[in-house]
Formats: sequence, C-alpha cells, structure tokens
Amino acid sequence: MKRLMLGNEAVARGLYEAGVRLVSSYPGTPSTEITEFAAKYGEILCEWAPNEKVALEAAYGASLAGFRSACAMKHVGLNVAADPLFTLSYTGVTGGLVIFVADDPAMHSSQNEQDSRNYAIAAKLPMVEPSDSSEARDMVKYAFELSERYDTPVLFRICTRIAHSQSVVEEGERTVPDRIPYVKQPRKYIMMPAYAKAKHPTVEERTEKLAELAETTPLNRIEGNSSELGIITSGTCYQYVKEVFGESVKVLKIGMQNPLPSRLILDFASSVKRLAVVEELDGIIERHCRTLGLSPDGRNILPPVGEYSQRTVASALGVTSPSGAAFPGSDALPGRPPVMCSGCPHRGLFYVLSKLKLTVLGDIGCYTLGAQQPLNALDSVLCMGASVSGIHGFNRADPESAKHTVAVIGDSTFMHSGMTGLCNIVYNASASTVIILDNSITGMTGHQQNPTTGYNIKGDPAAKINLEELCRSLGVERVRVVDPYDLNACEAAVKEELTYDCPSVIISRRPCVLLKYVKTAPPLKIDRDACRSCRRCMKLGCPSISIKEGKARIDGTLCTGCEVCTQLCPFGAIGRD
Amino acid sequence: MNEVVSILIVGVGGQGTLLASKLLGRILLDEGYDVKVSELHGMSQRGGSVATYVKYGKKVYSPVIDEGEADYIVSFEMLEAARWAHCLKPGGLIISNTQQIDPMPVTTGAAEYPAGLAETLASSGIRIDAFDALTPAVEAGSAKAVNILLMGRLARYLGIGREKWIEAIKLSVPPKFTEMNLKAFETGFGMN
Repeated sequence: MKRLMLGNEAVARGLYEAGVRLVSSYPGTPSTEITEFAAKYGEILCEWAPNEKVALEAAYGASLAGFRSACAMKHVGLNVAADPLFTLSYTGVTGGLVIFVADDPAMHSSQNEQDSRNYAIAAKLPMVEPSDSSEARDMVKYAFELSERYDTPVLFRICTRIAHSQSVVEEGERTVPDRIPYVKQPRKYIMMPAYAKAKHPTVEERTEKLAELAETTPLNRIEGNSSELGIITSGTCYQYVKEVFGESVKVLKIGMQNPLPSRLILDFASSVKRLAVVEELDGIIERHCRTLGLSPDGRNILPPVGEYSQRTVASALGVTSPSGAAFPGSDALPGRPPVMCSGCPHRGLFYVLSKLKLTVLGDIGCYTLGAQQPLNALDSVLCMGASVSGIHGFNRADPESAKHTVAVIGDSTFMHSGMTGLCNIVYNASASTVIILDNSITGMTGHQQNPTTGYNIKGDPAAKINLEELCRSLGVERVRVVDPYDLNACEAAVKEELTYDCPSVIISRRPCVLLKYVKTAPPLKIDRDACRSCRRCMKLGCPSISIKEGKARIDGTLCTGCEVCTQLCPFGAIGRD
Repeated sequence: MNEVVSILIVGVGGQGTLLASKLLGRILLDEGYDVKVSELHGMSQRGGSVATYVKYGKKVYSPVIDEGEADYIVSFEMLEAARWAHCLKPGGLIISNTQQIDPMPVTTGAAEYPAGLAETLASSGIRIDAFDALTPAVEAGSAKAVNILLMGRLARYLGIGREKWIEAIKLSVPPKFTEMNLKAFETGFGMN
C-alpha cells in the first residue's frame, strides 16, 4: 500500500521490514519519531534509554546476542554515544547494528549545527543518507545488510527536512533473518590493547573494501546527460538541485556518505565542463574532491551555515528565482518567538529565580525558554547535564558564588546526565544548589516517558525511579520538594538552601500542564476596577495575560487557572466569579 | 512541464496546522498526485510562528516552499499571513482567518499588533480571502475546528470533489469529533 510517511516513520517501517529485534534510543528533535513509530510495531522491542550512550550500548548488546538492533538520536546525541561508537568500529557486530543520527541544519530545535558526517570519518564507519521517505525505508534494509556483510556498525544520517517531511512510501513485508548464534570470540569482542592492536588493521582493510563498494553501490547514482554542469549532491540538497534544474544538468547523487567514491567522482568530473558540490553544513564532499585534485564550486558560492532551499541553490548557480509579493513594512512586524505555555509549572519557579537575581546555570529542555523576556531567568545553556556539572566548577573556583547561584535541570535531563554531575558535587564538596524541574515527562520533544515517570515507551506501567531517594543515595543530605505554583514556598526554599554550606537539591514538582491526565482549574479573570495597571502580572511572561486599554486582561481560552499571577497581584484584582 | 502546486499553511504553534496538512496530503495522494509535506516539530511548536509546506504535482522534489513560490497561503492567524506573504507567488491567493493572537512582544507591550493587515495586503495588490473563521468554528463546536474550516475554504479553490474531502475528514479525525469537523468543513466550503 502507498502511504504518505514522515522520513522518521519510513525509517521505522524499514526497521520493521528488516526484521529488527531491538531499538533503544533517547528522544531528540528531529529523531524522536523514529523510535515512537517503531514502538507501534509489536514485533520490535522498543525502549527509551536514559541517554544515547546507554541506548547505543543496549543496541550493541542485542547485536552481540545475534539480533538486528538499532538506536536513533539527534546529532548532539551522537556526541554522548561517541565513546561506544568509536570502539564498536573495531569489534564489529554479530547481528546487524545501525545507528540513526538526525542533523538539524538551521537549528530549528538544537543548540548547534554540527555535521554528523564527521563522525563517520573519525570512527571509520560507513554512513548512508537518503533523500526522501521512500529511500529512507529502502536504505534501512541496505544498511543492515551492509552491517552484517562488512562486520561493522552503520551510521544512517538524516536531516530535519527528511525526518519531518512526508513523502510517498510503498510498504513491504517484514523478513526476519535467522539469529546469528553468539559464539565466544575474545579477540573480536574484548578490546584490550593486545586484541585492539590486532583489530585496528582490519578496520583499515574494511574501509578500503567499503571504498571499493562506494564506486559501484546503487546508493551513488548518476542522473542526466548534460556535459555543461555537473553537480555532486546528497540528502535534502539533491531535492533542491532537482527542483531547480530537473534533467537539465548532470547529477551525481551520493547516498553513501562515507567512504566517498573516488573513480566515480573523477569520471563524473571529466564528463562535465563545470563541477559543483551542493551539500549542507560542512564541505565534506568538496574536501574529498580537492584531495582528488578537482576544484569544484562549493563553499565559494554556497553558505557554510544554515539550511538551504531551492532558492539558495538557484542563486548560487546563477539561476533567477521568483520574487515574492512584497508586504509593506514586513521587517517591522512583531516577532513570534516560542514561549512557555500558559500554566507551565516552570514559570513560577523561574519568576522566583529572576526576582532573587540569582545566577542560574540552565540546561536543555522546554525550560530553556525561561531565558527569554520577561523572565530572563538563565545565565547559561550548553548541553545535556552541563548545569549540574558546571555549577560545581563555578562554585569550587569561587565559593562565594554558591550563595547566589543555582543549577536548573529537567527530570529527563537529570536522568540523562545530571546524576553524574551531582555525584561530583557531593564527592568534591561544593555547596551547590541544584533544582530539578520535575514536570514528570520529557517535554520539549513531545512527551516521552523516562525512568522517573513510571511508564515505558508503550505507555505500560514500569519501574519508577524516585528522585528524592536517588539524590539522597548519592549523598545529598538536603533534598526537598516544592510546588512551583506556590511562589512563597519556592522563594523560601531557594533562599534557605542557598545559605547551607553543603550540597542541596530542590525538586520543583508539578506535571506538565499539557499532559492529558492533568486537570486544569477554571480560567481566572481580572477585575478591571481593582486593576491599577501596575503590570506586576506581566513579569511572568504568561501568554494568557496582556494589557488591553491600559489594564490587564486574561484570555479565558488559554488560562489554565494556575493562580501564579493571583499571588503577584498587590490589589487582589485576579480571581474567579 | 512539471507543474507543482505549492500550499503554505501558517499559524501559531498549537493551532492545528499539522492536522490540516495531514488531511490535505491524504486527499492529494488519493487523487493520484506525488505529494510532499514538510513540517517542523520541537521548540518552535511552543506557541511560536509555524509553517507547514504541502506540494503536489506529477513529481515533487523539494519539500520546502521559499519566497515567491506559494500558489496558496492558508493562514490561521492574521499577523502570520502578513509574515509569510513574501512566499506568495505573483497571482497567488492568501486565505486567512482574521483572528488575532498576540505574540509575546505584543503581550508584554514591547510592540503593537499592526492594525488593518488584511486591508494593507489587499491594497498592495495581493489576492486575499480574509474572514473570521473562529466564530463559525466555535459555533460548529470548538475553536479547534478552525483548521478544518479553513480547509473547507481552500477546497473551494482546489477543484477536488467535496465528497473526497468528507471521506478524508472521516478517516483523519477521531470519531467523536467527526460531526463537528464535517460541520466546520461545510461552513468553510459554503461561506460567501
């Protein structure tokens, strides 16, 4: 049957059809739906792991046991999983192992714009990359065959515009390969120096064989007959090139990103008068061309940052693009940045941190939005877990700062990589105050369960890790829970914990207001006679509250009745009928 | 020549633009077209400005719509119609809900919501079909039906049979919301 599928859904379909046994992942935009869609197939064991390193190692274990396995992550997740990745290149696999990594050009939902192809080169692993959903489905099966035939994990790269674009996919049948029996092979699976030294040359030999394969694999193909302009391209960029030029130029489409072919590129280059490379993010294919002695157009005409479109490609290669309808004053239109939702439990806590003028080391999640106006509640955001690890160094270097500095981190992010930082705070003794923003879900990526929620990826009951007990068992003596809707309690708790000369954890606990089981209160109203236009309520940055004709107004369709604003109003103007 | 029709659906995160594009994609695929739909998930969905691209034709390559390429812009909110107007092809059509949702800079008083956007668009020579979709959606049963109501309006222009839409709506929304959404569709389709 033909269906429209997101790239991520097509990957999941590929996993199903390839007979995959286990998928273990950590959510991250734009990769999340791969694992969510895979979990809809009863035949695949799917799990949310606490982080990407654990996910990859779980998938490795399933491969070792002789089954096809996979994991999916966003580009920065691969940084976390890099440790097992590099040595898995040496051990190789038993059952096929494919690692899906989703890059995010333009950083629609990311903190950097790294190009995952660099990992394939550095770890000496084959990498494939599709250009639409149908190719994604097909390439998953190819990747598993490659993995087993060449005894290697395979990296599978997608970008946002593949992951989150729907295109037509024809569904196939599931074929489960026979389990490859596990056999004890210390020289293959134990990477201590003596065995690893023997293994490294086999990695180099494998790369040579894969480079040979790259010359002939159907993943790399030539289209068109022009002898004027030849374009080497891949992934989403292939679609932009085809949109601009159709059949009027010659295209070498690269589906195998590592290793890159050499003879194929040289032959292609010699068949055209002008050669160009169109690739988003780093100039990796272009660099390869230069090592072959070619001088293609590439970074000299195309930007090294951001996401391309057909327009980018057209203007770089001298093709006129249409101009749009001009709207007068479009530059002056007010922006619409994403905001924390009405009733978001993080808002009350952030208001208190902002009011107390604390230095706040932040982390990755919905709560990163607390950095924006008017809360301005964050001082830094780096990567998953860096708030907890960072505050230790900040306070160790300057013990005085412990009196006015806190770290904030979500429940899922804390389980991902905040715990180890907390160990460090206890062990190396800084008087740091860590606030766990426990909204009982992984929020930003769209409500995924995690080890603290009590449910697994299928929504079935699962073991629930208790954050208080976990922090106490790590040696934190001062652990307390506050309700972020209660501003006085939050302020008192934060002020008090900052006075102690020992590590503290405050768990700011209230489930995400968007969770289906959360019952919201009736909306609040402003008594316009009582309102004195002091704008105190506006300091919350709540999308339900605005100023209309000089006085505060609450949008009853958005308000969840959290009553955080009620606590701020000095004139008792906010309430219900 | 490969004729591709490009429909840009814009609005505010949470307004239901994704369901609208899903419905549209399903109908166009059933009509035998090649279809691509591109959306964004994650941070931008939290009340931010969102855009979904739907393109169909004999063969569609790029999933994205850039400046001057949209045959139709369907906007769930007035300010977003103005923000994305530069993507309209000369001679293209903007279908917009006149509802205003204040963005944070307006809410905080740092900026003003521009007045008379529909008129400004029309007076700059842009074809625009702007109307209040919110009131009839609420009358049909919920403000959430704005998305299907706007699809009803788009259906008048696309030349795909009304029955096809009704069939697809039945398949796309949960059974308990079918009646409300069909009512919203009919309202959008029939409105003058």
